[in-house]
Amino acid sequence: MTATPLGRERNREGQRLVLPLLTLAVAVTFSASLIVGPAAIGLPEILNAIFSGEADTAALIIREVRLPRAILGLTIGATLGLAGAALQGLLRNPLAEPGLIGVSASAALGAVLTFYTGLAGLFALALPLGGMAGACVGAAVVQGLAGRDGSPLTLILAGIAVTSFAAALTSLALNLAPNPFAALEIVFWLMGSLADRSFDHVWLAAPFMAAGCLLLLTLGRPLDALTLGEDAAQTLGFGLRSLRHRLVLGTALSVGAATSVAGAIGFVGLVVPHLLRPLVGHRPGALLPASALGGAVLVLTADVAVRVLSPGRELKLGVLTALVGAPFFLFLVLRLRRQLL
Amino acid sequence: MTLLRAHSVSVSLGDAPILAGLDLGIAAGEVVGLIGPNGAGKTTLLRAMAGLLTLDGGEIRVQGRPLQKIGRNTLARALAYLPQGSDSHWAVSVETLVMLGRLPHRDLWRAPSHADRVAVGRAMEACDVAEFKDRPTTHLSGGERTRVLLARALASEPRLLLADEPVAGLDPGHQLDVMEKLRDLARSGAGVVVVMHDLTLAARFCDRLALLHNKRIAAEGGPAVVLSPETLARCYGIRAYHGSAEGNTIVVPLERTGAGAGHDPA
Repeated sequence: MTATPLGRERNREGQRLVLPLLTLAVAVTFSASLIVGPAAIGLPEILNAIFSGEADTAALIIREVRLPRAILGLTIGATLGLAGAALQGLLRNPLAEPGLIGVSASAALGAVLTFYTGLAGLFALALPLGGMAGACVGAAVVQGLAGRDGSPLTLILAGIAVTSFAAALTSLALNLAPNPFAALEIVFWLMGSLADRSFDHVWLAAPFMAAGCLLLLTLGRPLDALTLGEDAAQTLGFGLRSLRHRLVLGTALSVGAATSVAGAIGFVGLVVPHLLRPLVGHRPGALLPASALGGAVLVLTADVAVRVLSPGRELKLGVLTALVGAPFFLFLVLRLRRQLL
Repeated sequence: MTLLRAHSVSVSLGDAPILAGLDLGIAAGEVVGLIGPNGAGKTTLLRAMAGLLTLDGGEIRVQGRPLQKIGRNTLARALAYLPQGSDSHWAVSVETLVMLGRLPHRDLWRAPSHADRVAVGRAMEACDVAEFKDRPTTHLSGGERTRVLLARALASEPRLLLADEPVAGLDPGHQLDVMEKLRDLARSGAGVVVVMHDLTLAARFCDRLALLHNKRIAAEGGPAVVLSPETLARCYGIRAYHGSAEGNTIVVPLERTGAGAGHDPA
């Protein structure tokens, strides 16, 4: 079954179109995120609000509410998609997701601790700062546990250990919460959301997400080489230990910051690389930028959807991604099983 | 010219010594067949020569320089390692996989150059895989995959190729093809080390054989010397038929003589 030259050409053309099309989709969903909301504001007014600096109500809503929310949706989605693709490449397993190496769980724990100790009530940024501190500690512990060799197995095991322990401590904080409202607040926050985030959150998290994402984007070649296995990748000139260090650091910075401002948003890092992989010819390196764009599209879309589906008492973003993501993932698993049979 | 020299090399895996004081040299232009019973340490030796293992003692020099002093990328351009029973982990196309062999020659962010494409095309032709270059590597038969992976190693145009059982699982025709490719590579000036079990094929295609037994090279030299009845009895514990056809040595194992070291756990 050889592909015809024409089919092959079409295939390559298709692969070249993936990034431009995804970029277009990001632009569309970003605009939708600015347009959709309780107050009806048209596109001209939005552009005017962003670029003029006027201080009427519409401009304030756009600048203070919708713009930071859209920016966070874009950056957090990109982070989750990219980190998922990188981790799947390192572990050579399509079931890996950024949460696997313990960063999300420890970021959540750090944030929850600020609730528990009451720090979160003292100043607005205590919560994300606590989350980032948690992510750093978690990543350091994972690195320490995983040891000096570059084996993916020890990385997974260390990640599972840290995730379980962080989850246990989070439950403990809930268990010992001073009052039911504190517990409820923790649970709601853990569900993940972009609602009520300000530019303070953007300024705090964006630099870390940008640094982490840039680091992850440089891993394309070693991840490509890993297609041949660890020994062959090393003899192609790529050190596994350095690859793992960079990947864990990049994930800790980007996913840690993302979780710190938005809570846990599941399934994005798992599903997006999985969906886009065939479109880039299954190449792990090419999948990185594609997954970043795809993740942004997915999170922006989901965030618009929660505003449309449940105005007033908003559905949490993390709940929606899980509600849609889990059955979708089941569908992928069933399709994979059919292919294997 | 000596491309690679292992001098008094000792390697342990965990607590178990695998190689102890081993010496071996590979010259440009020759195919060296590395043979020996299962568990003798052939793969360990190959991995050590590829710079994948830390030595307990001794030294390995590539083109005169100690292995650990050579930069990763410089080494990757000079040396290609074809692991045993390796596989492709993603469903990339055959051509994409072969192109991975060019990674050490390409700059960061740079698309494949004309030279890269030429090398990949030549490697695919040589390994008889060009006709299915757009198929996903996960949809290949074992023999096809083996040839694709060899093409990947050839695509990097190495000075030194270390191939671990490249003919395992191939039909006789493709076994001959692959061995001819290795010999062609050597004739063009490269050094080739190939691990194999088929003694007849080894005798026919290798300029020199090195028999690994008891943690060192037990016999080294031309096929006639290394495959002598005494050596086969001592190292493999077998008796073999020795013959010749059209000027080629034929060695066919007949029976185990019992006292051999085929199951030597050390």
